[in-house]
Amino acid sequence: MSNDKRRSMKTIEEKQLEIIEEFSFFEDWMQKYEYIIELGKELPLIDPAFKTDDNLIKGCQSKVWLHAEKDEAGHIHFSGDSDAIITKGMVALIVRVLSDSSPEDIVQSNLHFVNEIGLHQHLSPTRSNGLASMIKQMKLYGLAYQAAQ
Amino acid sequence: MMKETISVNSQKMELLRKDYPILHQSVHGSPLVYLDNAATSQKPQLVIDEINRYYTEINANIHRGAHYLASMATAAYEESRTFISEFIGAKHSHEIIFCSGTTEGINLIAHSLGRAVLKPGDEIIISAMEHHSNIVPWQLACEYYGAKLKVIPMSEAGELDVDAFAKLLSEKTKIVSIVQVSNSLGTVNPVKEMTGMAREAGAYVIIDGAQSIPHMKVDVQDLDCDFFVFSGHKALGPTGIGVVYGKEKVLEMIPPYQSGGEMIESVSFEKTTFNKLPFKFEAGTPHIEGGIVLGSALKYLSSIGLDEISAYEQELHGYQEKLLLEIEGLEIIGTAKQKASLTSFLVAGIHPFDLGALLDQMGIAVRTGHHCTQPVMDFYGIPGTVRSSLAFYNSYDDIERFVTALKKAISMLK
Repeated sequence: MSNDKRRSMKTIEEKQLEIIEEFSFFEDWMQKYEYIIELGKELPLIDPAFKTDDNLIKGCQSKVWLHAEKDEAGHIHFSGDSDAIITKGMVALIVRVLSDSSPEDIVQSNLHFVNEIGLHQHLSPTRSNGLASMIKQMKLYGLAYQAAQ
Repeated sequence: MMKETISVNSQKMELLRKDYPILHQSVHGSPLVYLDNAATSQKPQLVIDEINRYYTEINANIHRGAHYLASMATAAYEESRTFISEFIGAKHSHEIIFCSGTTEGINLIAHSLGRAVLKPGDEIIISAMEHHSNIVPWQLACEYYGAKLKVIPMSEAGELDVDAFAKLLSEKTKIVSIVQVSNSLGTVNPVKEMTGMAREAGAYVIIDGAQSIPHMKVDVQDLDCDFFVFSGHKALGPTGIGVVYGKEKVLEMIPPYQSGGEMIESVSFEKTTFNKLPFKFEAGTPHIEGGIVLGSALKYLSSIGLDEISAYEQELHGYQEKLLLEIEGLEIIGTAKQKASLTSFLVAGIHPFDLGALLDQMGIAVRTGHHCTQPVMDFYGIPGTVRSSLAFYNSYDDIERFVTALKKAISMLK
């Protein structure tokens, strides 16, 4: 919880830089993927109550679930899951960056970290794993909450 | 089958690998191992050169110009058609219609044959292992004409139930459209026997040959089907070109598909008459280079020999399945007695996408997902599979690299 609190204080940019630094220690693709797989295994996942078809983002290859809710401070809290572990690890990274930010910051965010840690191919729409659609959906939540303010 | 028993045939085949420039590269720092041949084949240098030669030497619009280039291009295009008709054992070269691929081919047939023969209450039979492109056009035709779609069931092994097929056939059956080789299971279906049964019931028979044409000898007169459809790009040819073979009598009887230039004999605002076969079905400027080079690709295949190709691919396939089955928790999806050189599999507790992503990091190109056969995945209750599909330019070494990489991927994911 304290960890979450601390994170919520950081900006999206700070969180991206933090991840880029973490990944800079990996020497090869295996270490990188092992870390993502570990993240996928550890991710405190979506509450089963929210793992519904309404929250399902269908990729051609793997499924992604995304749930969003707003806290008292007006920040959006995301949680997510996937049936594929590497996708789930990627969900964990993206959720970590965007979650607990203001709707404005989410809408304006540019997730450059994915490129910089060499995992951009996972966000390509042709990869069909649902991640590109998930980011789009996160921004749509941002827009919707912005409009509701 | 041990590696030490490599046959003379396989040594000869391994030499052909040098014809494929794309295979000699590294991907993510490892030598490329291309095992996605069922999605598309790689192209030999000869095919690449022929594409180049067409645009460098003879490019012109065909069938109309009176100049030198037009006659060169027309002659090459029509020679290719003639070769293709011989390659699949057609009676006449005008029974070969160029189209963009199997998908367009089946759409052409569903449209034109549908218009000619379907009435409310009629039935169309397909099988449980069809590619979406041999399901959806028939669903649309059924909806349009008030016909009904019937599906031949399959066994757990992925073999069609021929007895059930016999029971589905009736005087209501107008069309039977089945795949010769399943793209997701590898099953080789007894299409000759099934064509005979369907024709006895008075139905028109279409065979989807997308996965069979590069791997086995096909003789459409021996099969006695009304239509046979395949894509060029899966048989060493360019993308965007494919073939519909149709029996002359049937092609004469059905209406055109697309209309416009080339497919007409005369046009006035009152009445248009259509061109003769095959041009009745080839509206507009075709994929000229594709049509010509597909002929070159099939000539190359035929110079190696389809029987030799089949024999070698079966050797490789046996080796691949033997090594795969040694992996704990690995299950092969599709265990028909007759299979083409294609293996779909799953590893217990691991999503196929994860395996595909890690294999890619090690330079191994396989396909993961539902392979455009969602009903097959639903039948087995699985989200998809990993599929390794072989061609004759693959090697024993490719298979060993793949299996080593697969074991590494599994250990990372477990």
